[in-house]
Amino acid sequence: MDELINKRVKEVLHGNQEAFEEIVIHFQHRLYQVCYRMLNNAAEAEDIAQEAFVRAYVNLETYDQKRKFSTWLYRIATNLCIDRIRKKKPDYYLDATIPGTEGLDMYSQIAAVQKLPEEEVEKMEMKDRIQYEVNRLPDKYRTIIILRYMEDLQLQEIADILEMPLGTVKTRVHRGREALRQQMGSM
Amino acid sequence: MGKCPKHVVHYMHAFLDGDITIEDEQVMNEHLKICEECRETFEELGQTVTLFKGVDTVEAPPGFVNGVTARLPKQTIKKGPSKWLRQHPFIVAAAMFLLLMSTSFFSSFENEQQFSFTKQPNLVVEGETVVVPAGKTVVGDLVVKNGDLRIEGEVDGNVTVIRGSKYMASTAVITGSSEEINEIFDWLWYKMKSMAKEIIPASKDQKLENE
Repeated sequence: MDELINKRVKEVLHGNQEAFEEIVIHFQHRLYQVCYRMLNNAAEAEDIAQEAFVRAYVNLETYDQKRKFSTWLYRIATNLCIDRIRKKKPDYYLDATIPGTEGLDMYSQIAAVQKLPEEEVEKMEMKDRIQYEVNRLPDKYRTIIILRYMEDLQLQEIADILEMPLGTVKTRVHRGREALRQQMGSM
Repeated sequence: MGKCPKHVVHYMHAFLDGDITIEDEQVMNEHLKICEECRETFEELGQTVTLFKGVDTVEAPPGFVNGVTARLPKQTIKKGPSKWLRQHPFIVAAAMFLLLMSTSFFSSFENEQQFSFTKQPNLVVEGETVVVPAGKTVVGDLVVKNGDLRIEGEVDGNVTVIRGSKYMASTAVITGSSEEINEIFDWLWYKMKSMAKEIIPASKDQKLENE
C-alpha cells in the first residue's frame, strides 16, 4: 500500500493532479476522523481535514519519500487541529445566530470542555460520553490518546507524527489512560 | 493503593502497551492476586481502553474529496518551474536582461512622442517641420524625431528621420547616408547601430572615409 501511495506521490510531483485525488480518497476517512475527534465538530473537522490535504498538496516537494506518507499527513492534520483549538474561533461571534437554525447561537456549538453536571454525563450515550471525556483531557494527552486508541496507531508512529521521543509518548499514553480511567470512574 | 509498589502501576501500562517482559508480567500478576485495589484499577484501565478502542469510526462526509479538489490551487505544483529556475540561474539572468532591454527599446520607441531634432546652426523650424534653407549648409549629422524634415540646402553628414517624413527639394544635397525610421524593426536596427558606433568610434570614422 505504501508503495502505491509513493507512486502516486511521484505522479503528483510530475504534475499529474488527478493522482492526488486517489491519495485523498485513500486517506479521507482516517484524516477526517482524527480531526473530528480532536475538534468535536463536524463542520470544523471537514474544513481542517480538507485544509490538511491542500497543505500536503502544496508542500508535497518537502515530503521525504523515504518515510511513511501517512505519518507526514497525520502530522499536518494534527498541527492544524491544535492551532485551531488554540485559536478557538476568534472569528466567530458567539451571539450570532447560526444560519438555517432557529435561534441557535454559537454558544451551543462550543465544545463542552468544561465539566458538565454528573447527571447530564450519566444520561449521555456511550459514544457521546467517550467523545466528551476525550475532549476533557489536557491537550498533550488528548492528541496521543486519539492517535493511539481511535486511530489504532503504534507508539513509534505516534512519536514520528508528533516528532517527540518514544519515551515521552509512552509516558503521555500512561497518564492519559490513567486520567480517562478516573474520569470514567463514575460509570 | 499507597502500600502497593509503584512499579506495578508501571507494569500495568507496559502490559497495555504490549511491551512488558515475561518476568515483569509475572511480578504484576502475583501482586494482582493479593491486592484487590490494584486488580480493580487494572480492570478499569482495561475497560477504558476497550471502550475507547471500540468507539465507532466516523467517516468523511460525501463530497469531501470534491471539496479538496476544489480547494487545490489551480496551477500545478510549483515544483516544476521553480526548481528549473533555481537550477539555471544564468539562463534566467540572461532572459531577464533581454526582457528588460527589449522593453526599454520598445517603450522608448512607443513613448517618445516629442518633437525633437539635433541642434545645428542654420536650421529653421516651422511648426513640426525642420527646414534646411536653400543655399545653407548644415555641417554634421542631423536627426529629427516625431517631425518632418525638408531639405532645400545642403547637409554635410548623415540624415535620420524617426517617425516623420523627409522631403527633398531639387536643390538638396546630403553627403552622408539618409534614412527614415517608422517601424519597430528599423528602430531596433537604428538603436543597435548607434550603440555600436558609440562603442567602436573607429567604425564611424571608417564609414566616413568610405563615403
